[in-house]
Amino acid sequence: MPKRRKLGRGVAIVGAGMSKFGMFKDKDSKDLFADAFRELIVSVDKGFDPKEIDALYLGNFSNDYFMHQSHWGPIISDLVGIAPKPATRTEGACASSALAFREGVFAIASGFYDIVLVGGVEEMSKRTTEEVAEGLALATVPYEGRAGFTFPGVFGAVATAYFAKYGANHEHLMNITIKSHNNAPLNPKAQFPVTIKDLMNKKKESLIKREGTAPDWQTEKDFLADPRANPVVAWPMHLFDCCPISDGASCMLLVAEEIAKNFTDDPITVAGLGQGSGRGFHASDDLTYFEATRYAAQEAYGMSGLTPDDIQFSEVHDCFSIAELVHVEDLGFFKPGEGYKAIAEGATRLDGPKPINTSGGLKCKGHPVGATGISQLYEVWTQLRAKAGPRQVPVGDLRIGGAHNLGGTGGTCTFTILERK
Amino acid sequence: MEEKPFSDITYEQYLKEEKLMGSRCTECDASYVPPRSICVKCFSSDMEWVQMKGTGRLAAFTCITIAPPFMIAQGYNRKNPYISGVVELEEGGRVDARIEGLNPNKPEDIKVGMPLRVKYLHTEVDGKKETYLAFEPL
Repeated sequence: MPKRRKLGRGVAIVGAGMSKFGMFKDKDSKDLFADAFRELIVSVDKGFDPKEIDALYLGNFSNDYFMHQSHWGPIISDLVGIAPKPATRTEGACASSALAFREGVFAIASGFYDIVLVGGVEEMSKRTTEEVAEGLALATVPYEGRAGFTFPGVFGAVATAYFAKYGANHEHLMNITIKSHNNAPLNPKAQFPVTIKDLMNKKKESLIKREGTAPDWQTEKDFLADPRANPVVAWPMHLFDCCPISDGASCMLLVAEEIAKNFTDDPITVAGLGQGSGRGFHASDDLTYFEATRYAAQEAYGMSGLTPDDIQFSEVHDCFSIAELVHVEDLGFFKPGEGYKAIAEGATRLDGPKPINTSGGLKCKGHPVGATGISQLYEVWTQLRAKAGPRQVPVGDLRIGGAHNLGGTGGTCTFTILERK
Repeated sequence: MEEKPFSDITYEQYLKEEKLMGSRCTECDASYVPPRSICVKCFSSDMEWVQMKGTGRLAAFTCITIAPPFMIAQGYNRKNPYISGVVELEEGGRVDARIEGLNPNKPEDIKVGMPLRVKYLHTEVDGKKETYLAFEPL
């Protein structure tokens, strides 16, 4: 069990922005971060002068590999006009910007800074699928890569272990895919804002037009069970179990809680922070959960004094459908081996008792890996301020939300609890 | 005789010699495959090499259709998938390995828990020789 931790002083989020996520031929990392930062500026209710920002913490996994350009901290601090104020890049694979967020919180909690910009950016779509797979595989542990494991491959293996232990099957994972695709059309930033039902009907129409006939898919699950519509990537991970390749950026303005009212009458505070590290999939105590997520969750619950039941909704790192299933158990929302049953009963839908990935998740919102952690917190911030529009969690008094971010094959996991006081 | 370093490099060299080797702490008897040079139970660095029998059970697996470039160079692709797995060794501990001798196009026939034995895959791509740890059905 991690020690019970606390911040030296409270930290509040008073502004946030994110670019649209997707594959952009005519936008680079700077353009995407500029989109996010422009939204952040207007999101600060009482306005602020960006020159007051003390420092930048920026998450970026691998623009070095994807774009052959490293050292993104100063590039972005110059872009947003705060250089020569300090800029620090954090790297934790797909959890890179959750780490930037934490560093920003610590910097303020220590008393060193008062106003900090945190963000994340990644530009992946200008590479082939195989190259992106290789780039992401840089964040596996060496033995996994040598054995031919890709990212979808490791999570496919998690699924086979989970299925064997608990009796679940691929159909249970389809519930997660269908749910995420139902949320995504309600999110204007999402890369794939379309339901599986609409995709199925469109595919039917185009096949009838082209070939005069189409498969007799009656339900979304018929569609997802057909390898012509949903081919295998790394069995049992099929195309619709996997998040896409994405470009995007996200950012947040953090300030000391004692000055938050200068920026907004509706600040969101950091209630719990947790981070864990993993030992490589093969070395885990058990192949059906992520130790680092469990550790991060314990740390965040301990700091906040909250329990899993107190978390009204959460973003959960669903790089693959099985990841969402395993992590809702690791975060304590459901007992081990029970998550797939609760999900089948609709527990994680937008109108369910524990809405998960109201944004559409990585699966549909997109996963520009370095930007993902703060984009999850952006969703929680938006929901807590009741500004999520048609995807607003339909609970009168929304007060506490979580965001879980995972890097690598469980090497870096974070859980962050935000609160509207 | 001085022990070879308890490193990933030595682990790979032993695979070339068709030996699956781990390290054992001479202080507390904990053993590790792949090898560790520092015992993470008692923090001793007094390790010795131990050879694994090379038998175990399939703990998890996947059949990979979208392959990374180094696997594509070995002839794998969307039409020719391959299997990667995690194998629980008879002595305890798990290793990542390629899984051979099973049909990657029929994953439903592959069972977690099935008994396996070690096999060493010696490859040569563009004059570069590599050995990969693999397992196949007993």
